[in-house]
Amino acid sequence: MERIPILKLGDCLLVSIQVDMHDRLAMQLQDDLTSRIAATAARGVLIDISALEMVDSFIGRMLGNIAAMSRVLDAETVVVGMRPAVAITLVELGMSLPGVRTALNIERGMDLLSATPDIRGNDNGSPVG
Amino acid sequence: MVLLSVERLPLHSDEHMVIVRQAVRNLAVGLGFSLVDQTKVVTAASELARNTIKHGGGGSALLETINDGPRRGLRLTFEDQGPGIADLALAMKDGYTTAGGLGLGLSGAKRLTNEFAIASTPGSGTRVVITKWK
Amino acid sequence: MAKTGTTLLSEILRRDQQSILSEWSRHQLGSISTRRELMSEAELSQQSREFLSVFTTAIGTNERIDANGPIWAPVREYLARISDSRARLGFSPIETATFVFSLKEPLFERLRASARDPQTLADETWNATLVLDALGLYTTEVHQKSRDAVILRQQQEMLELSTPVVTLWEGILALPLIGTLDSARTQVVMESLLQRIVDTGSSIAILDITGVPTVDTLVAQHLLKTVAAARLMGADCIISGIRPQIAQTIVHLGVDLNAVTTKATLADAFGVALRRLALTVTKAASAGAAAPSSANAKGPASANE
Repeated sequence: MERIPILKLGDCLLVSIQVDMHDRLAMQLQDDLTSRIAATAARGVLIDISALEMVDSFIGRMLGNIAAMSRVLDAETVVVGMRPAVAITLVELGMSLPGVRTALNIERGMDLLSATPDIRGNDNGSPVG
Repeated sequence: MVLLSVERLPLHSDEHMVIVRQAVRNLAVGLGFSLVDQTKVVTAASELARNTIKHGGGGSALLETINDGPRRGLRLTFEDQGPGIADLALAMKDGYTTAGGLGLGLSGAKRLTNEFAIASTPGSGTRVVITKWK
Repeated sequence: MAKTGTTLLSEILRRDQQSILSEWSRHQLGSISTRRELMSEAELSQQSREFLSVFTTAIGTNERIDANGPIWAPVREYLARISDSRARLGFSPIETATFVFSLKEPLFERLRASARDPQTLADETWNATLVLDALGLYTTEVHQKSRDAVILRQQQEMLELSTPVVTLWEGILALPLIGTLDSARTQVVMESLLQRIVDTGSSIAILDITGVPTVDTLVAQHLLKTVAAARLMGADCIISGIRPQIAQTIVHLGVDLNAVTTKATLADAFGVALRRLALTVTKAASAGAAAPSSANAKGPASANE
């Protein structure tokens, strides 16, 4: 059965979702990622959704679940590359995905992951998931 | 109201959901919807299609492009013969989730489209009709 | 009553369609409202022919005439189409309606000639008047709707062209919002801001509302939705220029700005943005640099570890 490939980059895992996912595939990804995080003791997970033309409540919940589960396994998740139309729609749908950190692209996402854990500056508020 | 095109698609499996999404996307593109509006209507369709499959025990989606004077639109009807929804008002509330996960589907789909109508009788099934105008 | 009425009308239309058409065309060509500079004789002739054809079919059903009913749907459809295209060509609503009304003359002439008694003549004429009036008015309604659509589209295009998204520094955008924000305008502006975020790879956007006199719930909601959408994309927003009156309004409206960074001025917001990107502005240490040099203005911003 088709699966979404998970790549290992140092102590981070990278997932690039290229297809229009059906629910089963999304659930499979959730399971696969959780297993791989545990198996590799990964510290970071990068999910690239720049190719997704749509994120509905199911996929949104899946992203939130992945973030929560990886945190339990002591890894940070960053979702990168959400398209403007998708972001606008997701907000209109009522999902703001609290608890999911985000970045513009893979490069920025990696920067975020490799930065020191405590990145709160002196200003009121910093990029936080 | 003039009907420009009609297509009925089955909704019984996950794969059907993907097919419906793509069909809706194609129709929206064909009607000249903006990218944001395309995304909104496809997402609304995805939510309702999921309800039909997961909560309604399967059913069908009717995709119609319609013409009302000078404006054109996409009208989608999601139908099933499933258990129906006992408390519509509750189901339409944001954040409401059943064991089957109706969740944000209904109220979200309503917010993403121009017209929304739902009819449901416990024991007889559910029908949701959404319309998005160009 | 209406049933017997339409029989004569439909008979006339079927029997004399050609001559009605040529007489109608002649009348139209003699009328100013035909606007021959906008439409060729051939096109006008075709429109007349096609309209007469669907009109005849609908009358021919001999049902009670209801211009808004299903039998007359093809006629309305046809009129909607030509009203739309005529509007685009530059015809006024009156000119298009006159096109429909002018069919009365040839029809009435024939009714006068063929009616066997005054009662029939009166009934038939009345029926014809009613339906052509309704159809003529329908064209003005359609005309109005498509003019509205054109205006709306032009407004949106103007908005998109005039969206003032400014790049303050690499990675920092500013959107100075000015004037009254209505729902439609706010949406267009926000969409283009989000697109600019992607296009420039900026991770910080400053929404400055110094120039916005009032903020109502709807506008506040749009602002918050934009902030939420930007965050989902990986960029943070700072809202600046919140004047005391607006701050009061926001509190009264119960809008929750907890998750959003807010600053009184655009300058403050810019300072926050620089800090977040770990940038500082330092003065160039060069001998005899009494006058503010261009180097200072641009600000040698160096990345701090």
